[in-house]
Amino acid sequence: MTITVKFFSLIREAVATEQLTLEISENLLTVEALKAELSLRGEAWEEALSHPNLIQAVNQRVVFQEEGIKDGDEVAFFPPMTGG
Amino acid sequence: MLVHVTDRAIDPGNLAAAFYRHHPDAAVTTFSGFVRDFNDAGQVDSLYLECYLEMATRVLTDLGNGAAQRFGLRAWQIVHRYGHLQPSDPIVFVATSADHRGEAFAACEFVMDTLKTDAPFWKREHYGEIGQWVTVKDIDKDRRDRWSEKDSDQ
Repeated sequence: MTITVKFFSLIREAVATEQLTLEISENLLTVEALKAELSLRGEAWEEALSHPNLIQAVNQRVVFQEEGIKDGDEVAFFPPMTGG
Repeated sequence: MLVHVTDRAIDPGNLAAAFYRHHPDAAVTTFSGFVRDFNDAGQVDSLYLECYLEMATRVLTDLGNGAAQRFGLRAWQIVHRYGHLQPSDPIVFVATSADHRGEAFAACEFVMDTLKTDAPFWKREHYGEIGQWVTVKDIDKDRRDRWSEKDSDQ
């Protein structure tokens, strides 16, 4: 299945990537599993995605990392928000 | 337009005047936020405000609708900048209208307190060649949490 993964702010800087389109196995059914897979890309990825305050969203809604992923989803990783 | 997230300059005076014209209700509150030229470490020359545009529009729409329901608003509007800004540039505009001032004031404050920590924007302050991502302040978390505590009191 195909998903889009987006990175923002200091997470984007740490992994030097704004966006990925990924073909992933049906086994990567949760955000947590996706994080583990992406962490294999290198130390910077592993460090960024294990950030204690990391927030994840699926289809523009903040979710727990146990959230499921399905074909066509948009997953995003970012630090705490500082708007206003 | 209820929610507008833009990288173009915004004019809170014009936004307020238009809101009053379209929503001549009994009580209207507006809040305008501007880029400050200082932080805890000193001077700030400029600000870069990163945004997850699709999510910001969704979060702010849900926030405005939630405020309308919670406080019985007649109308509301949220406008937020992103991109490169200078000190004193308007960064956010919120308007709420209701039958009485209490609801209009409370709703405007609720929207701002929630927006600071729940809408996907990230500030990076610059001074000379030095840039630093802004971290969430405890006071912002506390102000956000007050509204949850008020929920549980009800």
